[in-house]
Order: sequence, then C-alpha cells, then structure tokens
Amino acid sequence: MSLAVKSKIVVFVLAMLVWLALTGLGRQEIISGFVVALLVSTMAGQFLITTHKQKHLLHRWLYAVLYFFKFLWEMIKANVHVAYIVLHPLVPIKPGIVKIKTNLHKDAAITVLTNSITLTPGTLTVDVNEEKKEIYVHWIDVKATGIEECTKEIGARFESVLREVFE
Amino acid sequence: MIREMVGMAFIFIGITFDFFGVLGLVRLPDVYNRLQAATKCVTFGSAGILFGAFILQGFNSFGFKALIGIAFIFLTSPVAAHAISRAAHRARIPLAKETIVDEYEKDKELKEQTT
Repeated sequence: MSLAVKSKIVVFVLAMLVWLALTGLGRQEIISGFVVALLVSTMAGQFLITTHKQKHLLHRWLYAVLYFFKFLWEMIKANVHVAYIVLHPLVPIKPGIVKIKTNLHKDAAITVLTNSITLTPGTLTVDVNEEKKEIYVHWIDVKATGIEECTKEIGARFESVLREVFE
Repeated sequence: MIREMVGMAFIFIGITFDFFGVLGLVRLPDVYNRLQAATKCVTFGSAGILFGAFILQGFNSFGFKALIGIAFIFLTSPVAAHAISRAAHRARIPLAKETIVDEYEKDKELKEQTT
C-alpha cells in the first residue's frame, strides 16, 4: 500500500472519530460525517504521514505520554512563576532575547518544541532560523547569554524526549 | 456531588490564573513581557475552565467539545504569541528599558549589512 493511501485512510478514520465524539450516534450524523470525512481525506489526506516510520509505534506513543506529563508539570511551574512575578510589588524581571540551538529536523518536531518553549517558565519563542537551526527566545529572567548555556537551560529538557517521539 | 466539587474547583483555578494573566497585561512593561503573561496564564486558565466543564458534563458530546477546545487552545495560543512578538520586533517596537540582551536585533543587523 502506498504512503499516500495509508495517510488518507488514517485521516478518514481520525476525522470520523472526532466527528462522532462531537455529535453523537444518530443516523443523520453518521451519514453526513461519512460524506465529509471522505471528501476531506481524498482532497487533503496525503499530508499527514510523509515518511515511513523508523521506530516502533508503541515506543513513540510511550514517549508521547511521558512528554505530555513533563509538559504539564513545566506548565504548572510556568503559571506559578508568572503569578509570582505579577503579584510581586517590584515586578522582578530581567528580560532579553537569546538564541538557542536545536538538533531536531522535522517541521512537526520543531513546531512542538517551540510551542512548548512558549508555554514553559519565562520563555517565549520569537522566531526560528531554519537554515542554521536556531531559535530566538524572549526570556523574562535571563540567567545566561551564551548560546550553549541557553540551549541547556531552555531547550534540552524537551529535546531529548521529542527526538524519541518524532525521529 | 464529588464530581461537581472537582469540576467547580477546576473552574475556580482556571479563573484565578486567567486573573493573573490579566494582571500581568496591566503590570508588565512591554509587549513581549505582556505576551508572556497573556499566553501562559490564559492558556492554562482557559484549559482549566474547559476541563472543569468536561468534568461537570462527563463523556457526552458537550464534554468532548470542551476537550477538543483544550487541544485547539494549546495548539493555537503559542502560535499567535509567536506571530505577534515577531511582528512587533519587525515593526521595531522597542523592548523595555530593563532588557539586557537582544540577539535577534544583532543578527538582523548583520543580515542587512551582508545583503
């Protein structure tokens, strides 16, 4: 089976499941959902899966779950951090834009990494340099300015897990 | 009964963090720092409210809509923050006077000199 057909089938099943979860199991819902899912998957289905998988699917899902909990914990920390800054009478900030490096290659992996950086303590992704694999990060409480230290401080905690999930 | 209490607790936590986010919008000095408060707290707070609604409703179509809403907030809110901060920097909106380093500006100047 070719990769495009496989991708279309996956898109069809996912679209159908999400639609049924949203609406419930009536006859009209099933028929209209089937038609629309078929249309969407034939027109735009080939973009979901673009490469053959290298690692076992279970392995990737386990790391995805691990990543989810790690991310949730970082996110709670981020919110407490912002609450502390906002409630402090002097607003103790030391902002700046720093550069970090990444070793991820896939677009999806870099997107998830940058989104996670935005939602974790004190950091906000400003821009990505795709050729040099560098990410510009606005940091509300700058602790280091060198590219190596910043990479260790900001990106490293997610990158090792994301590499297992995506690559 | 317990379900109702847990759901209400989640909604309360969400509203609290939404409040912190709004307070950050007022108190922090420039657009980048404000985005930090706005994206983090509002994402978490809105997700908390939606999750509370999901717990109150259970596994029906209403609850699933809340869950899918959480997923979409998590996907879109950082992207919006990235777009706003990048546009602000390109429009040369100045950073706050407390700012100690700006690598992005340096690299941009270097690029303009070479081209």
